[in-house]
Amino acid sequence: MPIARDDVAHLARLSRMDLAEAELDHLAAQLDVIISAVARVQEVAVEGVPPTSHAVPLVNVFRDDVEWPCLSAEEALDQAPAVEQQRFRVPRILAED
Amino acid sequence: MAGELTRMSAAGLAAAMAAGEVSALEVTDAHLARIGEVDDAVHAFLHVAADGARQAARAVDERRAAGEVLGPLAGVPLALKDVFTTTDMPTTCGSAILNGWRPPYDATVTRRLRQTGVVILGKTNMDEFAMGSSTENSAFGPSHNPWDLSRVPGGSSGGSAAAVAGFEAPLGIGTDTGGSIRQPAAVCGVVGVKPTYGGPSRYGVVAFASSLDTPGPLARTVLDAALLHETMAGHDPCDSTSVNAPVPPVVAAARQADVSGLTIGVVPELGGEGYQPGVLARFGEAVDLLESLGAKVVEVSCPHFSYALPAYYLIAPSECSSNLARFDAMRYGLRVGDDGTRSADEVMSLTRAQGFGAEVKRRIMLGTYALSSGYYDAYYGKAQQVRTLIIRDFQAAFEQVDVLVSPSTPTTAFPLGERVDDPLAMYVADLCTIPSDLAGNAALSVPCGLAAEDGLPVGLQIMAPVLADDRLYRVGAAVEAALDSRRGHPLLDEANGLT
Repeated sequence: MPIARDDVAHLARLSRMDLAEAELDHLAAQLDVIISAVARVQEVAVEGVPPTSHAVPLVNVFRDDVEWPCLSAEEALDQAPAVEQQRFRVPRILAED
Repeated sequence: MAGELTRMSAAGLAAAMAAGEVSALEVTDAHLARIGEVDDAVHAFLHVAADGARQAARAVDERRAAGEVLGPLAGVPLALKDVFTTTDMPTTCGSAILNGWRPPYDATVTRRLRQTGVVILGKTNMDEFAMGSSTENSAFGPSHNPWDLSRVPGGSSGGSAAAVAGFEAPLGIGTDTGGSIRQPAAVCGVVGVKPTYGGPSRYGVVAFASSLDTPGPLARTVLDAALLHETMAGHDPCDSTSVNAPVPPVVAAARQADVSGLTIGVVPELGGEGYQPGVLARFGEAVDLLESLGAKVVEVSCPHFSYALPAYYLIAPSECSSNLARFDAMRYGLRVGDDGTRSADEVMSLTRAQGFGAEVKRRIMLGTYALSSGYYDAYYGKAQQVRTLIIRDFQAAFEQVDVLVSPSTPTTAFPLGERVDDPLAMYVADLCTIPSDLAGNAALSVPCGLAAEDGLPVGLQIMAPVLADDRLYRVGAAVEAALDSRRGHPLLDEANGLT
């Protein structure tokens, strides 16, 4: 099934990427080609085969509960794009009304 | 002397320093001088830390003078891929979104290098967030192949491979998610190893696809790669996927360099149509060589390997779309359009559109698609099942043979620009390397000669079971010794892209 340009615009929104029209056109064509190619996995008989999410399975990995120095506020904020009152300053997250 | 120092192996340099024939500072200065001479043309480095490197080298000389017993690579210079966090150098991952970022902590690999006295010369170029096979996806311009500057050095660890091939550093470190160590090693004529997944720690390695990402060594000799492997690997409580087992005896295996009594499997699915004739010719000769050295060679089919590439290009982008969600313009990195009127959501979207390059955008969107409701089962779910079948293929093969072999790449280094806007053509560069990433087993690329049609290096890939990394070095060192002795000199002596 070919991927439509509207689908690509939707994926861009989901991915939080404000792409220009020309970029969407270009990506739509490329994604269509890539998705057709990777769809080959559907040819494989996988009835009853369990999925692998991790090649070297490890479960319930714990480490010793020891005290460990953590970053100071200054270190944590050092690379922030904007800082206010010793906190990360972010753009508004709620609508204004 | 400075010129000679940059031609020496890491083991040779370490021995000369231990014997007091040369200081770590002289070794570092020789390599910094070489970088000054050639890196404008090669562009292996994004950041050269001359002061830090000289300081680290001086510290090694002082510790040695004080009678301290130092590690096997103390004072040896190294080129570190710019995906490992370093507190004293920027860490950009080749991305504009992290331009100038100074991480607040060192990666475990970085910390181990410092502790053992390895001298970090700087950070090397890479495809953005390790996505690519040519370094052309770097936001800071591509690296060039020291064999032919008009060609790619491979990727994503192309900067580290080019630095080692260009004699700018005897050692390099990369990460391998779909072939990003072995493919650049192969096309630059150096040795590159993807250890067993979980061998070296991922702590402080900026994540691309967490179930696949594996740090590993690049070097000009198999023994040097083994020495670096032992230095960088080992259990790390900071990485919950780190394997809690001893590091396989890779250095001893590299010194053993003997294949007698081993059974070696040729995988017919990795070869044939679509492969460059010169690559297949050199690979065939390498197989004959292994047989003449006393190995038993058999053919072992791995039928699902043909589906490794499509499975990988669903799994890796899915993990990437999730991992790269952290670049949200809030706590570090680029922030665009925060003018007091825009919402966090708008700022995030503007930042990511401007900060990510084309390939990263493609993969984030591909992963978002593969994981979205309605498509999950048909794409991501299927790919995970195919991954199981690929693991089973390996398990069945390793019941019959000790190691598997194939060409490392379908072609030699391709020209810069040739594939950069043709994603599928670029993806095929990792055709032979991807199965081992999906299965988590160990694999190595060792140079096996030059392709007749273009005079460029060809890599032989050796694959071993999980935690049997030592077998790679045993076989790789045997091939290297036999070819060097037949040729009368190391292959890299024939690289003439640099003057």
